[in-house]
Amino acid sequence: MLLEVRDLHVEFRTRDGVAKAVNGVNYSVDEGETLAVLGESGSGKSVTAQAVMGILDVPPGRIAGGEILFKGKDLLKMKEEERRRIRGADMAMIFQDALSSLNPVLSVGAQLGEMYEVHRGMSRKDAKAKAVELMDRVKIPAARERVGDYPHQFSGGMRQRIMIAMALALEPSLIIADEPTTALDVTVQAQVMDLLAELQRELNMGLILITHDLGVVADVADKIAVMYAGRIVEAAPVHEIYAAPAHPYTRGLLDSIPRLDQKGQELYAIKGLPPNLLAIPSGCAFNPRCPMARAVCRTDVPPLAQVGQDRASACFFWKECLGG
Amino acid sequence: MAETILEVEDLVKHYPLTQGILFKKQVGAVKAVDGVSFGLARGETLGIVGESGCGKSTVAKMLVNLERPTAGAISYKGEDITKLSGRALKAVRRNIQMVFQDPYTSLNPRMTVGDIIGEPYDIHPEVAPKGDRRRRVQELLDVVGLNPEYINRYPHQFSGGQRQRIGIARGLALRPEVIVADEPVSALDVSVQAQVINLLERLQNEFDLSYVFIAHDLSIVRHISDRVGVMYLGRVVEIGTDAQIYDHPTHPYTQALLSAVPVPDPQARAHRERIILTGDVPSPANPPSGCPFRTRCWKAQQRCTDEVPPLAVPEAFPSGPAAHPSACHFADEIRPPRADSLR
Repeated sequence: MLLEVRDLHVEFRTRDGVAKAVNGVNYSVDEGETLAVLGESGSGKSVTAQAVMGILDVPPGRIAGGEILFKGKDLLKMKEEERRRIRGADMAMIFQDALSSLNPVLSVGAQLGEMYEVHRGMSRKDAKAKAVELMDRVKIPAARERVGDYPHQFSGGMRQRIMIAMALALEPSLIIADEPTTALDVTVQAQVMDLLAELQRELNMGLILITHDLGVVADVADKIAVMYAGRIVEAAPVHEIYAAPAHPYTRGLLDSIPRLDQKGQELYAIKGLPPNLLAIPSGCAFNPRCPMARAVCRTDVPPLAQVGQDRASACFFWKECLGG
Repeated sequence: MAETILEVEDLVKHYPLTQGILFKKQVGAVKAVDGVSFGLARGETLGIVGESGCGKSTVAKMLVNLERPTAGAISYKGEDITKLSGRALKAVRRNIQMVFQDPYTSLNPRMTVGDIIGEPYDIHPEVAPKGDRRRRVQELLDVVGLNPEYINRYPHQFSGGQRQRIGIARGLALRPEVIVADEPVSALDVSVQAQVINLLERLQNEFDLSYVFIAHDLSIVRHISDRVGVMYLGRVVEIGTDAQIYDHPTHPYTQALLSAVPVPDPQARAHRERIILTGDVPSPANPPSGCPFRTRCWKAQQRCTDEVPPLAVPEAFPSGPAAHPSACHFADEIRPPRADSLR
């Protein structure tokens, strides 16, 4: 297994108390595999990724427990020096907003070349040549002429390609893409997702795709982990989860997508609001919004239990959910 | 057909590009909107879709008179509101209200919810006498599904979905006939979007509202709209009923747009036919000659460079589902694709 996250807990100290952002997350990705982490804002999907990358803001953040095994070694037990050698080289991250993630006062060539200068000790000239090669690889037209341009001179889609190029520079074995296309238009989103999938196949990388878009997930993922209030509530191969969700939250998300045959009718809507992380409801965090909630849901936390081959659900009544 | 409440004719908005500091001279123009026409009937929802920079938000701003058009007319019940000023304009503006995209920045953080929703009454005191306002505001809160006791709270005490409800309540305060909603749900969490869409539909029935609904999420637009207009580089390239646009698109851009939408069904992955466009949207400061879409179109020919295609019903389809206006020289030849682009 390329990456294994085991029982990860992350907290943030705030003025109003401790916000439990991640509460015991387990997931794994293998080489060449795409894991989609699906969740709304505040579900802990990005914080988990930041913990894996080692870019969590500490403080106020704090990893309160768990293990992150990358190629069998626990990242959380490593020295910062050792982690830095892995970060960027063997695992890399693509962020949502390319404009604010790129340095506005450095040319893109310099920023791409920096990867080679820092990690590979190349000269500036060689690094620049490599930067052009990278830009070609992510299909930026006229790469040689544009290598000296600054981020603001590129369109949103092109900037996201530069982010992808930067992440791929040292051919990492794991890429974490945090909402890589959310800021892009649909026609450009399709281009960028296609490019990412193609490069992933070519380099046989593991990909963790963090998103809230059920459409994007269905298009590219092999397996899905659905997060709610800092926990994984359902995990399954992609085909099975869309065919028959085993958790009422997943079911609610799928049901609230407008469908053709529902035109003119009311959309299914999950009632209520996402939880406040400072005061996560007792028992199952989803119980105040759940149409199936019973007394036990308000007192006991449902464990993420095996509900089939490679499938898990954190609902006491998963059988009902699957059946009905 | 119900009466046409809003009629937009050949609307144009150019933003001048100037050079020089002391002696400013105009060196060009950003053609944000370049000849847009459509009508809106009472009780109808017109969806407008398109990518960023296509001019859809500029159209919205002109409809509510936040921007003055460079040319063209916007007729509200037969009266051209772009020519109005003073008292007459104020009276018309009451009837066309807007709901903004971002509920985090469109509400003043220093005002209470009651003041925000009641502020329109300061400008139009004839709608609600002073003593009656508090009750009105509480009614509005109730209508949009918020607790009327929240009247003294501040925006930061609400979640995104609740804030959008506050924005909607403000839009409703003057009992308008037309609401222009610019991306009203795109800043919201998925599980909350459906709630707000349902609210908008309920309000439409309750108050007989007409909506201009601007969004980039095509499945939501299809759900809520009676008719849909597709915009590209400041122009409407295709317009028709939701079924015409989604099931029988005749403009290549509409086809590409529909095929690019990720479908939430992994089964469809294998047999979906996707059209991946190359390149980006050209700059509206320097749009291509002829058809604006020709630089990314796989059907483009010499004629597309020379002639601007008019927005007209294709001659080959005088009736049937493909008989709706489309601005493509080759709309006649386009085989409407199968209708599984959206579930």
